[in-house]
Amino acid sequence: MPAPVAPAESPGRTTDGQPQSAIVLEDVSISFEGNTVLDGISFSLERGETKALLGVAGAGKSTILKLTMGLVKPDHGNIWVLGQEVSAMKEEDLFELRRKLGMVFQESALFDSLTVRDNVAYRLIEEGVPEDKIQKRVEEALRFVELEHTLNMFPGELSGGMRRRVAIARAIVDQPEILLYDSPTGGLDPVTSTTIIELIVKQRDVYHTSSLLVSHRLQDAFTMATHYFDRSKNRMVPVNGAPIDTRTSFLVLRDGKVIFDGSAHELATSRDEYIREYIS
Amino acid sequence: MELISPTEWAKDLVQAIQDWTYLAARSIGNIFRHPRYVSDTLQQADLIGVGSLPIVVLTGFFTGGVLALNAARTLEQYGSLSLTGQLVSISMVRELGPTLAGLMVAGRNASGMASELGSMKVTEQIDAMRALGTDPSKKLVTPRVVATIIMLFFLTIICDFFGLTGGFAVSQLGLHLDAHQYWNNAYQTLEFGDVIIGLIKPLLFGFLVATIGCYYGLTSRGGTQGVGRATTQAVVAASILILAVNYFTSQLLLYLLK
Ligand SMILES: Nc1ncnc2c1ncn2[C@@H]1O[C@H](COP(=O)(O)OP(=O)(O)O)[C@@H](O)[C@H]1O
Ligand SMILES: [Mg+2]
Repeated sequence: MPAPVAPAESPGRTTDGQPQSAIVLEDVSISFEGNTVLDGISFSLERGETKALLGVAGAGKSTILKLTMGLVKPDHGNIWVLGQEVSAMKEEDLFELRRKLGMVFQESALFDSLTVRDNVAYRLIEEGVPEDKIQKRVEEALRFVELEHTLNMFPGELSGGMRRRVAIARAIVDQPEILLYDSPTGGLDPVTSTTIIELIVKQRDVYHTSSLLVSHRLQDAFTMATHYFDRSKNRMVPVNGAPIDTRTSFLVLRDGKVIFDGSAHELATSRDEYIREYIS
Repeated sequence: MELISPTEWAKDLVQAIQDWTYLAARSIGNIFRHPRYVSDTLQQADLIGVGSLPIVVLTGFFTGGVLALNAARTLEQYGSLSLTGQLVSISMVRELGPTLAGLMVAGRNASGMASELGSMKVTEQIDAMRALGTDPSKKLVTPRVVATIIMLFFLTIICDFFGLTGGFAVSQLGLHLDAHQYWNNAYQTLEFGDVIIGLIKPLLFGFLVATIGCYYGLTSRGGTQGVGRATTQAVVAASILILAVNYFTSQLLLYLLK
């Protein structure tokens, strides 16, 4: 009998088979109808880390999240999520992995014919969790986003900001290992935006979930990098020199390429003209 | 309006048929795989079966009636008015029952499926479902296909029965034929082959209606307008295919059952 072949070393997996990074993209390209949207993108997201994806509208930020979820396939390149190569998996085999991930869509994408309760409970119902447990977990998730009172309402009856918060509740109800937020503050007023950013920071600092966050408002991403969630005060407070690592980094896309990948400080002091203009 | 070259058009058509075949094959394959969405299937069955009942009953009744009316005019010339039941029965069971029930369900449910799934598609609810770990093919398509096949089978039987009743009403009230003779005639004339043909067709039609409705829904794009377009196309495609498949199954089964 031939000796078992050791698994080839891959960027998503160490030699002992343990997933190393939460997400790894390696030389990923994709085009839609002849337009190259992403052109050789590589980056990785470590466990417990949060990365903000920045770039103008149409830069391909949402596409990166969809590629990570395996909702679309790259034309070229490899994508590893929790050590599994998403880009090489069949749709049928992806459902299992997707249950470990949570995604908040740009337009929330709530099931409009289900109540808020059934939306949030969706994953638990699918997994056959007992009814009393579902009720408890749904209430917990809705309390997290401060929307306990909307349990029996339909998504159409909620405001845009409330829908976004329900979408967050739906994504976190099962405490996924990775969260993907697509423009969670897009189109919202500053007050509601801050509420949502605070929720994301809370999720980051309380549960240490790895996450990718698309944002077209740089300010939101900076707020996340410079604040942490104080559990005793139950709100978000500035780091202000305290020895706290928010583990939040930035990635800037331009013309299908990564032009920046680094910390908030590095971004603020970048010499690149485009970036200077972008952040000013 | 932009013009598309014939080769482009042919390529799109081949691609569409290929995609539809894949969706249709998976919808049947899913029946043998976990998880099975029984309650979704029952809900669809209720929507399709119970919802279409009145329209199928009325269509059957009036068609049977008009068949008897026309048959009587011809048969009278040959002095064989008593064969009215036979004519109504053969036409209803073999051709009109399955076709009419199929067309009614296509109008009501292929459109309903295309618009429901289409709206879900353009608002990213389908992607959200996939992201939540649910296979839309198992959760949305298979329950609709299974429910439509089963329900159309029974709706066809009901349509046949009410067609005969409509024919009976006309022969009783208009032509004053003997009731016993009508039913006896209608029953006696049906051969095993006729019944088989009449019961295999709704299975095919149900499969067509549901897979086409789901296919157009799941491939729709371009906002609400796109959903509207998908809905119309689904009904047109399903209706034409029912009529075409009806012709060919009749041909084939008549040949096989010879
Ligand atoms: N399914 C799709 N079909 C065709 N084009 C697409 C599709 N998804 C995205 N695109 C195109 O890819 C580009 C990037 O889209 P997206 O990732 O949504 O940008 P962003 O989220 O950065 O604003 C856009 O030009 C968009 O038109
Ligand atoms: Mg986007």
